[in-house]
Amino acid sequence: MEITLQVNGRPRTVDVDPRMSLLDLLRERLGLIGAKKGCDHGQCGACTVLIDGRRALSCLALGVAVDGSEVTTVEGLADGDELHPLQAAFIEHDAFQCGYCTPGQLCSAAGMLGEPGPSAVTEDLLVDPGLTPEEIRERMSGNLCRCGAYVNIVTAISEVAR
Amino acid sequence: MKPFDYTRAASAAQAVREYAPGTMYLGGGTNLVDLMRLGVAEPDRLVDVSRLPLDTIESVRDRVRVGAAVRNTDLAVDPMIRARYPMLARAVLTGASGQVRNVATVAGNLLQRTRCAYFQDVTRPCNKRRPGSGCPAIAGDHTNLAIFGASEACVATHPSDMAVALAALEAEVHVTGPGGDRIIPMPGLHRLPGEEPERDTVLEPGDLITAVELPPPPTGATVYRKVRERASFAFALVSIAAVLDVGEDGVVAGCRIALGGVAHAPWRAERAEQALIGGPATGEAFLRAAEAELEQAGPLPRNAYKVPLTRNLIVSTLEGLAS
Repeated sequence: MEITLQVNGRPRTVDVDPRMSLLDLLRERLGLIGAKKGCDHGQCGACTVLIDGRRALSCLALGVAVDGSEVTTVEGLADGDELHPLQAAFIEHDAFQCGYCTPGQLCSAAGMLGEPGPSAVTEDLLVDPGLTPEEIRERMSGNLCRCGAYVNIVTAISEVAR
Repeated sequence: MKPFDYTRAASAAQAVREYAPGTMYLGGGTNLVDLMRLGVAEPDRLVDVSRLPLDTIESVRDRVRVGAAVRNTDLAVDPMIRARYPMLARAVLTGASGQVRNVATVAGNLLQRTRCAYFQDVTRPCNKRRPGSGCPAIAGDHTNLAIFGASEACVATHPSDMAVALAALEAEVHVTGPGGDRIIPMPGLHRLPGEEPERDTVLEPGDLITAVELPPPPTGATVYRKVRERASFAFALVSIAAVLDVGEDGVVAGCRIALGGVAHAPWRAERAEQALIGGPATGEAFLRAAEAELEQAGPLPRNAYKVPLTRNLIVSTLEGLAS
């Protein structure tokens, strides 16, 4: 089936089998290998991208089902040579070791910063909380880091959230 | 993954017309796509209903109607839901991760399948996946599985948090299908496994959930609490959605308790509710009520921990609501 996506600001038309995930489409058909295949079951967050501005797991999205959407991958976060503030903060605060989960962490954090409302750890559901470290940890719980760089990831995101 | 045809429906009526045996409806796909990759679900055809115009949350007189395609995130952060049904917002927020909630739909949340490891492993027998093949969980690893209402065929649990809150709120599930439209009151959507564990719900082939309607909020204090193995992004070992209305005389005027993680369906603790209504709102009464409910528990060796866990969760939750 032929589908068209707006990927990192560019229209891309591809002919895909209905079985192909958005993750495989990005990596194998469009050469965008930033989004990583960690678990391929929606449990690790390494494949996180933004679909129509919202963070989502590209391994659980069928390409055909997101036809017509805008997709932003980690390759699309920077503005030319100007790093996205989250990318700069991750470098500044040493928020990774092996780096495999980092594209997913960055896309997830970028989406998370634009998500209003309470989280599971917010005391008063009626008041939008500030992004305290506790709130960031809860909101980023869908992104695992097997190196355990969580402390610095939270610090980096906190700096940008300020 | 087995090959399948894909089509996108423009209306609920069209989706139902497109239905044929072997067809499955696709919502956000956060569970179904995974099950297809695992070989657990093998549809011939997907009819995508995720973009149907069923994505609004509307106030209708004193009730609230939530469209079936509303994403979990949008339900949880809706100002009306947060203000009038905080238990529901809280339950949704404790489920899955931000990425999953952004995509998963209300109907898909209700219709997600059990996370029993044997169900998800096509190399193992499972009566839910392959009727008649047996249930290795009963003699094997049932650590996270059911203590209420299980059968010799199946001890799976339903994984949804949202469904537990909807069971306590006594929401209505609106369904359309080849047999026409109908309304299913919660917790009646999900069924106990009995001899047919392959059937999670009372839905008939081709039925499509179109909305969930919330009646006026119950009188009294409400809460949703979830006990799990890690602080976030994990299914419940046991969860509770509770409503407690205590009069000025200290007598319990109303009580609703729905439990998650303990059965094939959200479990309304009716024995405990009945034991409490009309009596004192004391810790002693809460303990007696919890014990009355747990008399009908049928734990297995590795999930027997859920009996004291459920008892203590009921008691501490009600104590919190009473104070």
